[in-house]
Amino acid sequence: MWLVLSLTASSSALTKWLPVKDNRPKNLELQTLHFPLPAITSILHRISGVIIFVGIAILLFLLAESLRSEQDFGNVQQWLTSPLVKFVVWGVVAGLLYHLIAGIKHLIMDTGVGETLQGGINGARLVVIVSAIAIIAAGVWIW
Amino acid sequence: MVKNVMSFGRSGLSDWVIQRVSAVILAVYFVGLLGFLVMTPDLGYAEWQALFSSTWMRIASLAALLALCAHAWIGMWTIATDYLNNYMIGSKGTVIRFLFQAACVLLIFIYLVWGVQILWGL
Repeated sequence: MWLVLSLTASSSALTKWLPVKDNRPKNLELQTLHFPLPAITSILHRISGVIIFVGIAILLFLLAESLRSEQDFGNVQQWLTSPLVKFVVWGVVAGLLYHLIAGIKHLIMDTGVGETLQGGINGARLVVIVSAIAIIAAGVWIW
Repeated sequence: MVKNVMSFGRSGLSDWVIQRVSAVILAVYFVGLLGFLVMTPDLGYAEWQALFSSTWMRIASLAALLALCAHAWIGMWTIATDYLNNYMIGSKGTVIRFLFQAACVLLIFIYLVWGVQILWGL
């Protein structure tokens, strides 16, 4: 009971009446925990998801322009020769590729494959290697 | 009984299934489109326009667009409930999360209308 109370006290109204010091260690402070590789690939899956969510606006804009007319299609092709546009498109495509590969690993793990500690580490390593290759290949393709 | 009024599928299991089905649709569409672009280095307007105006591509694109809307909503909801809560960012957490999710809904709705407009060339 005391353990539960002391773990939750710091973040709730309990601090108002429990005799606890503010400077005692917070053991569940996520920011101070060591991040193993599977945790890093997991957080990157989330970050890449947010990047795609915002980046879709750029892709939809390019799609809309490219389909409007022959001249607008030419304009898009022209924009895509600029290093800045190439970099932005590469960024969104990199997010998509990472999210795709980490997502496939997620679906494989849903079937029960690679759920051990070592399996999780191996899966995370595979995601890093495969997505690094895919993202570099995408960069070469765009440039 | 605790009910989460800010989720999408009205249950965690429903969200879980929707997230995976939409993921597969998006993966197939994205890989297919990327594959087409890689295989067609000197793509012209006529070919590009013909691709997107074909019925089967409109079906695939609309499926991908709807999948994107559901997938993005569930993903953003997951992130918001994990990071934008009272424990992580203080007592304003619920208000901030509500505003964040409202902004997400707005952007998703814009994507949906805009995407339909692109596909049907209004």
